[in-house]
Amino acid sequence: MNPNYLTFEQPIAELEAKIEELRLVGSNRGVNLADEVINLENKCAKLIQSIFKSLTPWQISQLARHPKRPHTLDYIKLIFGEFDELHGDRQFADDLAIIAGITELDGKPVVVLGHQKGREVKEKIQRNFGMPRPEGYRKAARIMSFAERFRLPIFTFIDTPGAYPGVDAEKRGQSEAIASNLALMSRLKTPIISTVIGEGGSGGALAIGVCNTLLALQYSTYSVISPEGCASILWKTADKSAEAAAAMGLHADRLLELGLIDRLITEPLGGAHRNTVEMALQLKQALTHELQKLSTLSDTELVEQRYSRLQIFGVP
Amino acid sequence: MTNWLNRLIPSLSSKLEGDVSSHIPKGIWNKCKQCDAILYQPELDRNMHVCQKCDYHFRLSARQRLSLFLNQNTVEELFQTVKPLDRLKFKDTKKYKDRLLSAQKTTGEIEAILCMKGALDDVQVVALASDFNFMAGSMSSAVGEKFVRAVDHALGLKLPLICFAVSGGARMQESLFSLMQMARTSAAVEKMKQQGIPFISVLTDPCYGGVTASYAMLGDINIAEPKASIGFAGPRVIEQTVREKLPEGFQSSEFLMEHGAIDMVIHRHHLKATITRLLRRMLAYQHSKVGLLAHHKDF
Repeated sequence: MNPNYLTFEQPIAELEAKIEELRLVGSNRGVNLADEVINLENKCAKLIQSIFKSLTPWQISQLARHPKRPHTLDYIKLIFGEFDELHGDRQFADDLAIIAGITELDGKPVVVLGHQKGREVKEKIQRNFGMPRPEGYRKAARIMSFAERFRLPIFTFIDTPGAYPGVDAEKRGQSEAIASNLALMSRLKTPIISTVIGEGGSGGALAIGVCNTLLALQYSTYSVISPEGCASILWKTADKSAEAAAAMGLHADRLLELGLIDRLITEPLGGAHRNTVEMALQLKQALTHELQKLSTLSDTELVEQRYSRLQIFGVP
Repeated sequence: MTNWLNRLIPSLSSKLEGDVSSHIPKGIWNKCKQCDAILYQPELDRNMHVCQKCDYHFRLSARQRLSLFLNQNTVEELFQTVKPLDRLKFKDTKKYKDRLLSAQKTTGEIEAILCMKGALDDVQVVALASDFNFMAGSMSSAVGEKFVRAVDHALGLKLPLICFAVSGGARMQESLFSLMQMARTSAAVEKMKQQGIPFISVLTDPCYGGVTASYAMLGDINIAEPKASIGFAGPRVIEQTVREKLPEGFQSSEFLMEHGAIDMVIHRHHLKATITRLLRRMLAYQHSKVGLLAHHKDF
């Protein structure tokens, strides 16, 4: 089994391995196998299409944290201009699970921040698997206030299993750090556009997600608890994660249906990891368009729109 | 302890298993969860549900809480018609709808939070209290709704808001809708701050997750009852993550105060007097400015 493919992607992995082998054989022996390769490639595309046509919520949850899924920094590189990263909360540390900085979108200065998971083992540990500690949220708060001072629009990218559940995080006020960000973001006088690019894990995700416009990539998820967590509490076993994922309705198309997100961004065939450049292009178009839409609102209207956007989640 | 009691009153000992603190309907005896003392219920009631032997603070239902806290005969319950909504038609091993019905039956409440307008001596307030017996006091869309309405009501009348939080966190059965209540309630509290209307948060045992990580930590003053368990992640989740035993007293009120998260730990007997005093001082300037005494006309 190829660890870079999910269980339901394994047939794709096998076919792709075959194609690769054929290519290698062709070039080594000088035999022209081009027709054969094209044939298999078409077959592969059809296979992907058929697998991705009817994904279950649980499969989408797995795609959202696919080992090859693009992370915030991948999108920053492909969408924005030169990125000046800003570090630290000015109180305790620089939490690498959240990155933030100043850059440009189509030549206009903006602030970008997001969760950052690591790619290799060492980086994963450095970035704590994208699970911020209080200092991460406080860095985000500092830089979002900075953005407001200099009238820079804010783009946030959500991709976290959740806020870090550790002793040190509790000691330094994980709850307060999250709560304060929710309060702060509700009143910032600058446009805020958030995008769920992978896992939207509970309060740790929302803490950089109070926004004027909420976007989500097609195979991203956003929920109050992970399917595993929900299953082990309500079903008393993590084996029921698939049921929990379905019941919670955490995948982007269901969230759109429920009015919880404003816009879904379609992913390339087989998911964002199969064509990150194409994904970034789609995302860039969406971000530009959404920012344009907000540009007619005054500072006060932005704050009011953000507040009333939350009120639709009430009850009569 | 249970053995002699068992011989003495066999029918009572079975009731003592599990959480009996607040819902033995006609119980004469209760057992302290901390020191195991057998307590005479009417006496315990008179002592505000605090163990006379060891000061253990029993959990209170929302209604008990507010009736102990607010002046009697001044109380008016608000937003009673706000009902929970099962938007997702959620079903785990049971239907959410049925869980709601059974919670409503056991508690006699419609949702996990109550809102009342009332007074603390001569200071008029809006007060909220959540109920742990109602689905672990979890935050649903309806809970968020009542909270936001309470804020708007308090802002409209320029009255301080006091909230007694007790909660396991956000309500899973409402998935992202419940998560969004964290943002809604925090944004509402922020409106109070912008307008300088006091918000006092009282954290009681236990308080976790989405509630601690939103309005409960955002008080102008954060108060906790002694030895309450308060945190973001639950102790079991943390133990599983860090794979070590948690230190003694971790996530207790006293631990939170030591680490700077709350302003004070106040015994239940002194809560009302302390909060009244704090509010008088917080409101002194505002009242002097508008020449408005606490007994203003529209109350």
